[in-house]
Amino acid sequence: MPIAFRFDPVALPPACESLRKEVRAFLADARASGLWAPAGDFATNHSPEFSRAIGARGWIGMTWPKKYGGQERSMLERYVATEEMLVAGAPVAAHWIADRQSGPLLLRFGTEEQRLEFLPAIAKGECYFCIGMSEPDSGSDLASIRTRADKADGGFRLNGRKVWTSHAHRSHYAITICRTSSADGDRHAGLSQFIVDLKAKGVTIRPIKNLAGNLDFNEVTFDDVFLPLNRLVGTEGAGWQQVTSELAFERSGPERFVSTFRLLVEFARRVGANPDPRAAEALGRLTAHLWTLRRMSLSVAGMLQAGEMPNLEAALVKDLGNSFEREIPELLRLLAPRGSRSGGNDRFEETLAEAVLHAPSFTLRGGTREILRGIIARGLGLR
Amino acid sequence: MTDTLVSDAAERLFADLATPDVVNAAEAGTWPAELWTAVTEAGFLDALGGTSGGALDGLGDAVDVLRAAGRYSVPLPVAETMLARWLANRVGLAPPEGPLALAVEGPEDHLELRRMGADWQLSGTARSVPWASNARGLVVSTSVAVALVAPVGAMIKQGKNLAGEPRDDIALELKLDARSVAGAPMDADAAVVYRLGALFRAAQMTGALEEALQLAVTYAGDRVQFGRPIGKFQAIQQQLALAAEQVAAAGVAVASAVAAGAGDLAFAAGAAKLRVGEAAGKVADIVHQVHGAIGFTHEHRLHQLTRRLWSWRDEFGVESAWALELGRLAASQGADGIWPFLAQR
Repeated sequence: MPIAFRFDPVALPPACESLRKEVRAFLADARASGLWAPAGDFATNHSPEFSRAIGARGWIGMTWPKKYGGQERSMLERYVATEEMLVAGAPVAAHWIADRQSGPLLLRFGTEEQRLEFLPAIAKGECYFCIGMSEPDSGSDLASIRTRADKADGGFRLNGRKVWTSHAHRSHYAITICRTSSADGDRHAGLSQFIVDLKAKGVTIRPIKNLAGNLDFNEVTFDDVFLPLNRLVGTEGAGWQQVTSELAFERSGPERFVSTFRLLVEFARRVGANPDPRAAEALGRLTAHLWTLRRMSLSVAGMLQAGEMPNLEAALVKDLGNSFEREIPELLRLLAPRGSRSGGNDRFEETLAEAVLHAPSFTLRGGTREILRGIIARGLGLR
Repeated sequence: MTDTLVSDAAERLFADLATPDVVNAAEAGTWPAELWTAVTEAGFLDALGGTSGGALDGLGDAVDVLRAAGRYSVPLPVAETMLARWLANRVGLAPPEGPLALAVEGPEDHLELRRMGADWQLSGTARSVPWASNARGLVVSTSVAVALVAPVGAMIKQGKNLAGEPRDDIALELKLDARSVAGAPMDADAAVVYRLGALFRAAQMTGALEEALQLAVTYAGDRVQFGRPIGKFQAIQQQLALAAEQVAAAGVAVASAVAAGAGDLAFAAGAAKLRVGEAAGKVADIVHQVHGAIGFTHEHRLHQLTRRLWSWRDEFGVESAWALELGRLAASQGADGIWPFLAQR
């Protein structure tokens, strides 16, 4: 049996390079004008002002049909705009989930009414989504969730509790997966997705402080929250298939390997144009790895553009990429004897501190490394 | 020819003629004449340069042949002859038929071609020149010129790499007339040839890596312990997943360097060699662990792949050497230039 993964080479068309220039110019101007400053990564640096500004430029929902507020641009153009923002450390967190996940979900499975209601607002950078998946007793084992939506007059009543819900306190809606019927026989059956209005009666959002001291994720409790029928996404009971059918979108992008790229940049700044051999070796090695990962990731974007769904390839990119973004601080700290520090005035030390403290989340969010390796093993025919 | 045609033809040819017995016999000293003739007649040795002999036409075909050769542990100087023929033809020196060796002025080997009136003086030493003792001709590449030398002109101390492939030391102190020497154009000087050598080794390694992974996956499905195939255990699955990641990265690195072609050899060839070299060590570690003791025997074919991986990762620049060079290149862009530098690749 031949090896089951495939990465077709991709060449970026000229439209991508002119877009890249536009994005860079915008980022530089907007930074100079004080709209944003580099910090964190796609999941932490949150700014509605920034999201509205790039929404106005057509850089959210770029690939969507124009009638839903999109620009009908290619996946590769979206890739280029996205990578430029990510490596710069721009604050994309507010619109990130809606742009990457919720919008595409509604495009594929949503009703026309849902698309018209939400997509244009998302594309403007005005409407933010979060994702309600994990629960206190359900992490990687998503099918074991206990949050339930039971039929009620004109819709459903939602009860249960979600945790690690990033930016729930700053979002308007949560795409929430819950049980709508019991798991008799097939535990993947009976799950459904809903658009939950986070201002609705019965929704309680409590922040959970993370180890870095930040308040990014939350516990979200649903106490008899009424869900009108028109907030069901796709088919009742098909939530599992809906969630797992498009994982390549969320697992293959640059956000899976550039989370600590700015540390590499600050390291290069610190060691200068003529680094000593140890520093040069580290820089060269990381550069070669980054080049390879980006080519892998672009290849997946090219396959997505061609209408394929390379979930195995995406799992390979995410696990390798997460290892890489964790390795950057581990390698570079050895070359910076005074280590990390916050509150000082040293950009390298500050970025190192942030990278070390956030690194544990890289291999958890969006699929743990163990789950990804299980998917890869399945792709190899081992399970 | 399209990529698939060449790689399919090479796969078929090597599957037929580069059997594990032939590979072992070659290591024991029996030149695989039938295999060599078939490789020659298939036209693989002229894949690079194609008919134009100009830029890097045919690089994709050449890499496909070498990947297949790596998969079957082809015990012949295919990469070396291909590169030496391309270089000789490129500068207008007619290479002899038969296997060729290539010595390149580089970080480890000091070779010099100097004009002496109408003639040239070739001097220097090169260590571990692949297949020198089997070659009908030796092509020497320096920053200044290219020379074609009869192998008797080089003093040879024979040696072998970990896979038993000839790696011979040569010392050269020769006067050559102008017919055997040509100036090195910028796109075919020693730095370019060395990078192509690195890319060719990386291509061979990707074939060996894919095959080693395939052997390990197959073995994990067949070998039963504790009442089930060992591939059903998560401990084994996770290890093989890690190996697959490395194999995938290696394949993409080489394919990307090929796609970049002559336009970005300075970065991409070294980056590919570095990335594939790292993968080689990691994958060899895992596939041996999965195979257990049977993989440590001479009888099993795995060592034909892994001994080559361990050898080839050291040739044409070990990972750290490329890291140093690429790091200096990256640093010279300035901190804020690193991303633009990468984004255009």
